[in-house]
Amino acid sequence: MAAIERNPATAESLAPPAGPATSPRPLRIALIGNPNSGKTSLFNQLTGLNQKVGNFPGVTVDRKSGFAQLTPVQRAEIVDLPGTYSLYPKSLDEKVITDLLYDRAAGNYPDFVVVTVDANNLRRSLLLFTQLGDLGLPAVLALNMMDVAERHGIRIDLPALERELGVPIIPMNARKGIGVAALKIVMAQRLDAAPERFWEPDEALLPLVRQIRYYFDLHNDYLALHYAQQYRHIGFLSDDDKAYLQELTHQYEFDATARQAAETIARYGRINDILLETVTVTRTETREPISNRIDKVLTHRIGGYLIFLSILFLLFQAIFAWAQYPMDWIDQGIAALSATIQENFDGPLVRLLTEGVLAGLGGVLIFIPQIALLFGFLAVLEETGYMARVTFLMDKLMRPFGLSGKSVVPMISGLACAVPAIMGARTIESWKDRMITIFVTPLMSCSARIPVYTVLVALVVPDQAAWGVFNLRGVTLMGLYLLGLFSALGSAWALKIVLKARERSYFIMEFPVYQWPRWKNVALTIYQKVQAFVMQAGKVIVAISVLLWVLATYGPGQKQETAEAQVRQQVAAQGWNEEETSRRVASARLENSYAGSFGRALEPAIRPLGYDWKIGIALLTSFAAREVFVGTISTIYSVGQDADMGTLQDKLRAEKDENGQPFFTPARAFSLLVFYVFAMQCMSTLAVTYRETKSWKWPVAQLVYMTGLAYVAALAVYQVLA
Amino acid sequence: MAFFRNSSPLVAAGVAARRTAKDLRVGETGTICCLEDPEMALKLLEMGCVPGVQVRLSGRAPLGDPLMLVLGDQEYTLSVRASEAATILLKE
Repeated sequence: MAAIERNPATAESLAPPAGPATSPRPLRIALIGNPNSGKTSLFNQLTGLNQKVGNFPGVTVDRKSGFAQLTPVQRAEIVDLPGTYSLYPKSLDEKVITDLLYDRAAGNYPDFVVVTVDANNLRRSLLLFTQLGDLGLPAVLALNMMDVAERHGIRIDLPALERELGVPIIPMNARKGIGVAALKIVMAQRLDAAPERFWEPDEALLPLVRQIRYYFDLHNDYLALHYAQQYRHIGFLSDDDKAYLQELTHQYEFDATARQAAETIARYGRINDILLETVTVTRTETREPISNRIDKVLTHRIGGYLIFLSILFLLFQAIFAWAQYPMDWIDQGIAALSATIQENFDGPLVRLLTEGVLAGLGGVLIFIPQIALLFGFLAVLEETGYMARVTFLMDKLMRPFGLSGKSVVPMISGLACAVPAIMGARTIESWKDRMITIFVTPLMSCSARIPVYTVLVALVVPDQAAWGVFNLRGVTLMGLYLLGLFSALGSAWALKIVLKARERSYFIMEFPVYQWPRWKNVALTIYQKVQAFVMQAGKVIVAISVLLWVLATYGPGQKQETAEAQVRQQVAAQGWNEEETSRRVASARLENSYAGSFGRALEPAIRPLGYDWKIGIALLTSFAAREVFVGTISTIYSVGQDADMGTLQDKLRAEKDENGQPFFTPARAFSLLVFYVFAMQCMSTLAVTYRETKSWKWPVAQLVYMTGLAYVAALAVYQVLA
Repeated sequence: MAFFRNSSPLVAAGVAARRTAKDLRVGETGTICCLEDPEMALKLLEMGCVPGVQVRLSGRAPLGDPLMLVLGDQEYTLSVRASEAATILLKE
């Protein structure tokens, strides 16, 4: 192939003094290309499992990088850049690319780029390629999906195209790994020659462009033009530099939008000329492409929604039912480990380890099956191309609430667990849409609320039929879910008005062609999401869990010891057995712990909602996770953690207020239920919101807003019903 | 906007009553004449909505919005909101 024959010569004549053999660091190569051009497949082929996910500085975009063994002696670092259609970024994700490629002096500036190009969409893909070429970046063109192109009757004269573009072209099929070996050989040649120039700023722009170029000491005119276009978004420019550029562009009356449009059109003109010489299309098939025929079914006005609902049903089945088994194993495993440690060792440190650290770790690990299943499902939907159709079906429905079609999947996932759901909101390009989605997703009733709902609903709602067919408890439960859904939509609508968008929201999106999922990519996605959750959200969860344990275990002064002594004095008189005694002791110690003191301190604030200090403790401890509510209530009412629901309900029914009436009236129970629908009682969610937004502003706003909403709603419910 | 209309090669004079991609019937094909909204135009251009390219409305979402547009002879499908399609003017 021409590329390989020609390349050693270029590499030799232009190679820097330090040759590959003595190179102080491995080659650094950036992978760039349109979305759906097979970039991720190529990245996985090049690096295998040898990759890691970090973050680009300052933004939430994942920075995927890995090492590829190009030759037995040469390794190269490969950075996978977000998919983009041009070097003029439209979303925050895409800005990562320009920040990396503008700054030649930066430590992580790539030695050259591998541009993935879909052979079926040559014209559009080459737009990005010509821009990269004009920046003076050495490049290799990975011409992907050659097999499909051939089937479509697209014939590409590769040697001619190589001549026209001035870079080596490797035809390949990244999904199957065809062409990867050839690409590695070319990459190992340490390319230095930049491609042809395709477009130059015209005469009228030169005075401005040259002034910028010399001021910043840039290596070419086109880069200088990019400075003029995008100085506001270039991370590494100082405020002075930006002010200088603003003044300069103003002085030359530089119209960024019009110039950019003119440039794009000129590029398409040049690309058309090139393609006319090098590509012939003989359309053989007259049938509609298979993808279009599948679309007729999957986006059908009735069938489309029915299919979507069925897929959702399957998703829920997976998350609620299938995930239950591994979750039980994890739960039991942690419990067994904890018990083994406690049987063999004793002391405050051991208790800290088992009841604080291990319990917190269990709280992290327990989510892994759900996260893995959810992301496995989402990855398959994404890989097949179905996800794009879902957003297409739902966009109109979501628009009035300030959400987009892309918000649907995270919000639905939120019914299982807000943690993976919020991570799933990454697919939303528009900053505003994404923030709104992240903000309202925790209002969807997640699976952790189910234990709380179950206990309280069973306590006050009779188990009888309603309107003949429905069970009254079932109807109540559904009402709670709907309350969550409507509050999420309403909050989104309110936030839409409050939030100022920094960038414009687009829905223009390419429909990927349907294809079978690549299971390797699915597995990698699951692995990376789980790892990100455990490593980043996990740290915060364990820390807060330890803190809560300390608060619930230790008390001010000798109060706990005094209380315990009082309980022990009654043992003989009351005839308690050993088990009953230890429950009473645990209850008394919790009552007099710091958490108990907080519960009492909290009482004036929650009395209007109908709660007493005991519920106050439960509210506090269940801040870690909602399901802790049931466990804490069990401890407070000294039924023991392992008692079944029936025992707990009997205890709660027997609880009397100061007038001797039953404490858990419908007013109190519904007030609590409504509180749990709205309240942000989940530190994992806060931690993941922090991770995803890279700012404490959002989790704090979420906490304040949701707790406020919960308080007001619970207050209203209690005051009306009482 | 004014600058764009007057000086860009994209936009002919007197565009007020022209047909847009939004007005296509399902299955109908038109040729892109120019793009009206300058900012939207940049995004559309990058996605291949270039003047002179053929565009076919292959379907609408069940609620009428967004639209599915098939572009050019290379047969790839874009999903755009009706409001975005309304900025794509068609040749007579």
